Amino acid sequence: MININHYLLLSALLFSIGLFGALSKKNAVAILLCIELMLNAININLVAFTRYLQPGDITGQVFAVFVIVVAAAEIALALAIVIAVYRRRETIAIENLDWLKW
Amino acid sequence: MMDKVWLVPFLPLAAFVLISFVVKRHKMASALTAIAAIGASFVISVGIAREALAGGLTMEKTVELGVQWIGLPGVFIEMGALIDPLTVIMLLVVTFISLLIFIYSVGYMHDDPGFSRYFSYLAFFTFSMLGLVISNNYLQMYVFWELVGLSSYLLIGFWYHKNSAADANKKAFITNRVADFGFLLGILVLFGYFGTFNFGELAACIRGCAETGFLTLAGILVFLGPVGKSGQFPLHVWLPDAMEGPTPVSALIHAATMVAAGVYLLARGYILFASSATTMLVIAVTGGFTALFAASIALVQRDMKRILAYSTLSQLGYMVLAMGVGSMTAGMFHLTTHAFFKALMFLCAGSVIHALHEQDIMKMGGLSREMKTTTATMVIGGLAIAGIPPLAGFWSKDEILSAVYENGPGIFGYNVLYVMAALTAFLTAFYMFRMIFLAFFGEKRSEHHPHESPPVMTMPLVVLAFFAVTSGLLGAPFVEHGFSSMVYFGEPHHPETNWTVMWTSVLLGIGGIVLAWLIYIRKAIPAESIARAFPRIYKVLENKYYIDDLYLWLFDHVVLRVAAAFNWSDRNLVDGTAHAIADGTRGLGRVLRYLQTGNLQVYALVIFAAVVFIALFAAAPVIGGVR
Repeated sequence: MININHYLLLSALLFSIGLFGALSKKNAVAILLCIELMLNAININLVAFTRYLQPGDITGQVFAVFVIVVAAAEIALALAIVIAVYRRRETIAIENLDWLKW
Repeated sequence: MMDKVWLVPFLPLAAFVLISFVVKRHKMASALTAIAAIGASFVISVGIAREALAGGLTMEKTVELGVQWIGLPGVFIEMGALIDPLTVIMLLVVTFISLLIFIYSVGYMHDDPGFSRYFSYLAFFTFSMLGLVISNNYLQMYVFWELVGLSSYLLIGFWYHKNSAADANKKAFITNRVADFGFLLGILVLFGYFGTFNFGELAACIRGCAETGFLTLAGILVFLGPVGKSGQFPLHVWLPDAMEGPTPVSALIHAATMVAAGVYLLARGYILFASSATTMLVIAVTGGFTALFAASIALVQRDMKRILAYSTLSQLGYMVLAMGVGSMTAGMFHLTTHAFFKALMFLCAGSVIHALHEQDIMKMGGLSREMKTTTATMVIGGLAIAGIPPLAGFWSKDEILSAVYENGPGIFGYNVLYVMAALTAFLTAFYMFRMIFLAFFGEKRSEHHPHESPPVMTMPLVVLAFFAVTSGLLGAPFVEHGFSSMVYFGEPHHPETNWTVMWTSVLLGIGGIVLAWLIYIRKAIPAESIARAFPRIYKVLENKYYIDDLYLWLFDHVVLRVAAAFNWSDRNLVDGTAHAIADGTRGLGRVLRYLQTGNLQVYALVIFAAVVFIALFAAAPVIGGVR
């Protein structure tokens, strides 16, 4: 049947795709999308653990709700920053935002 | 009264604080504060002396009081007082002579703008000296030893706007520093070996110690302290220059008390020196040589105070010589009598200087007509130092000469030290009466009209003259319980009369006076012809054997060159290391800054890589990770 390993594998795959995107995309909004993808992969992981290892519990689900809330707040903040940066520099390509360079 | 012994130094300290901060503006109030404090200390000292005599205090049965100051495991440092006959005699001498000199100073320093400052410094000095006298351990004595040196510095340079005074006080302090370095090494060596600073405990340890080599080393190191403080050769150079200070200061510090502190230390720690024959030989030879050396220089000096300074050096040599041949009693007895007649002679000189504003004896003469009291007391002082019976100097000098005659170490089979001491006695009588005859008798050579000093100055002279005459009876051979039965090392003894030595010293004394009279009063042999007959010897003596020039040359060529080497090493090695560290940090920074690419994704990649590494490490059982 479908057991925990399938879900964990799915979660790992999604996380890796998200990580690869976060590290290689040029567009700042695209990076934020990939971070969202990583967080959702985490959610799948949490729910899977609770469902298969502690069936009566809802710990994992509660944790996943927390993660969703935090992700929403963080994305709001991140988009605000991106808009502020765009207003100053007319660009959101990450390679051009390098003022902390030596 | 003995439990109040700590008041003796602290009353003058209180006077110092009061004068410096409260009564400085009122001259007479400052003087009275100081005199009241020292007077009270004198009264307490007399009380202690009475208790000592009544209670049968002896060198073995002493009274010791102390409080702990620093108590660490292995290091116990106390502050305390030790009262035995030696302390009692020193307390009496110091407080009494200080009191007389304070009173004298009221007259001498009357017109000086620094009047209050003078009395505050004098009060500070008496605090330091009395603290030194009652100390019961080496460390506390060292603290007061340095304080006494500081007071001497302040008082020698009292007229600090004079370059000669400023140079003299520096010379005194630096010379004493050299000596005190050796002294401190000696104290630390003793502490390192025996674990205590206390005199009583050290005496017990030394008695049980058989390592003569170590004791000799410690003894010689500690002896360096008196070499500096009591002006023994080769660290005598500061004392004649110290005459730049006011004359009462010279009387108190550089004649009666401070320079005697070195001799007092020798008496206090006598068991350390007596435990090694080598140390005693070194002490005796140093003392004997200094006595003759200083007396020879005094022969040709023209400044009255310089003659007295070299005389002090010579008499200190006698005291150290006595200590070195085994007679602690004779040394301390001479210290007591010398304090009286030397202070007397310095105060008489001050009286003359106050009247004439002149210190060169060649420019004086015929003072006996107007300054009768000063002349009479000065002559009494001169007779005392020349060793004419029955004055004080005779008894104490005779005891020293007997001790040297009997116990003097044989060098090349002859009692060289006795010959040196006897010759010094002759020279002492001669140069002292040369000074007296030239200054007080004969025809007038100065333009000033001399007048006798006011009673506030002549009264101390009379009192001191009285003691210069009578204090010898303390230790005379015919006295039952005299000095030697109270202050001794080993066992109480009774001085015997050695008629050979006694007659020789009296004849030498009289001979010196007669020769001076022939040359300077009768002019039978003109002094100038003697000087012309031995020009080279005269020049050497006049330039004090060129020792000062030698020291100056050594300073320029050795000390300053060593200092330049250290300067080079400080600038290049020490500063170089600091610069190297700074430059290294900057260079490293210049290389590492390329890590800051400014590219956010590169930073994220680094974080990810680090997480992977940590996970791998945590999982590897070899490094202690999870199985």
